[in-house]
Amino acid sequence: MIEVSHVTKQFEGKTVLKDISTIFPDGKTNLIIGRSGAGKTVLLKTIVGLLRPTEGDVLYDGRSFVNMDKYELAMMRREMGMIFQSAALFDSLSVIENVMFPLDMFSDFTYARREKRAMECLSRVNLADAAHLRPDEISGGMQKRVAIARAIALEPRYLFCDEPNSGLDPQTSLVIDELISGITHDLNITTIINTHDMNSVLGIGEHILFISDGHNEWEGTKHEVMDSGNHTLDDFIFASDLLKKLHEDALRP
Amino acid sequence: MFVFSFLESFGKYLQLMGRTFRRPDSWRMFFKQYLREMAQLGVDSIPIVLLISFFIGAVICIQIKLNIQSAWMPHWVSGYVTREIMLLEFSSSIMCLILSGKVGSNIASEIGTMRTSQQIDALDVMGVNSANYLILPKIAGLVTMIPILVIFSTACGILGAYATAWIGRIITASDLTAGMQHDFVSWFFWMGIIKSLFFAFIIASVSSFFGYTVNGGSISVGKASTNAVVSSSMLILFSDLFLTNLLS
Repeated sequence: MIEVSHVTKQFEGKTVLKDISTIFPDGKTNLIIGRSGAGKTVLLKTIVGLLRPTEGDVLYDGRSFVNMDKYELAMMRREMGMIFQSAALFDSLSVIENVMFPLDMFSDFTYARREKRAMECLSRVNLADAAHLRPDEISGGMQKRVAIARAIALEPRYLFCDEPNSGLDPQTSLVIDELISGITHDLNITTIINTHDMNSVLGIGEHILFISDGHNEWEGTKHEVMDSGNHTLDDFIFASDLLKKLHEDALRP
Repeated sequence: MFVFSFLESFGKYLQLMGRTFRRPDSWRMFFKQYLREMAQLGVDSIPIVLLISFFIGAVICIQIKLNIQSAWMPHWVSGYVTREIMLLEFSSSIMCLILSGKVGSNIASEIGTMRTSQQIDALDVMGVNSANYLILPKIAGLVTMIPILVIFSTACGILGAYATAWIGRIITASDLTAGMQHDFVSWFFWMGIIKSLFFAFIIASVSSFFGYTVNGGSISVGKASTNAVVSSSMLILFSDLFLTNLLS
């Protein structure tokens, strides 16, 4: 469980996050949604410690992330996996070397065991055949799947995804969503996904945090999101003509 | 304003070096990277070093023979001056200036691209000391390889000088050999090596700093690459002045 407690973040006097508090429970796919510039990425970066909150704290199973010393922080980070918007694969390494990287860095396993574990992770994302290709030889969707395999290599307790469907077609997005959701349930980890993809919201959003203008505007589940009664959320969700029409049709007697 | 900006950058550089010179998270990965950097920064630079040194050695010999040497000068002057220039300045300082262009821009653009494509963020989130993982092997690799490049450069420059005797017939090989052997001070060789170690550190650390602190997209990476080359060249020139005074 990750608890965000009264987090405020300012950049040169401009307040980007305003007193955000929420709890992301274990074993669920938690989504942070909101318009571009609403503060989603800043919140995610603050949660993973790439940015330090101006005020407030982030608690990982009760452990204060902000007040950890360097050693505790390093240990804590080994329990985290992250999938970046750009996949962020190391382009000097092959696919399997990318997945083996966290194992090479932090495990005492033999090479054979590290390679076996990397192949298991690649098989989990259906990419065992691409193990020896380089990142620039595979598609964007495959790169995201490699990033997922790398993120789970050390069996993390917390998984973070920054717009994992960005730049992908709807079908591939669905595959990525199902993979992340499946991994979350199989490993019973805390997953936080930063997205503005409505398919993800309606497909895997077990706990949704809607951010608007830097503050916590609404929280709920995918079953509640369509009928929240929150105008700002409705404006965000029904921005698409298709969803607007479907919603109007559903409301029509 | 410029002074404040310089001091701010220098402070950030020192902080980055503080993070760089730590115990590696994994020695296995450090040595893997170290070997890779020795190959990429050192071995891959050998052809350009050999090529430039050969021609500069030949040109120095020709210039001295045709434009400086006269009847009242000893016959060994061309060989002597060629050796001294190669040992004292070209193979260490000028060669490092050339390498700051090739290696410095390579380092800055590689690390800068890693920054813009979030690869450095990925390392940080994993708990890897990204500065240590990326920069320390580059500094260690270049500092290890630079004495070899200096030796290759000196040898190739002398070979270039001999080419003017064997191929161009501008000077006799015996005159050249007499000059090469005249009043040899072995300290000059070590002086070149010592200076080059400092220059290698400057090239690798300054270029890494500019790459690591990139903020933005491809334009910023290009700018960082240019700044890396300009700054490391300037620092090499200043430190050459200082080191030559200190070591002579």
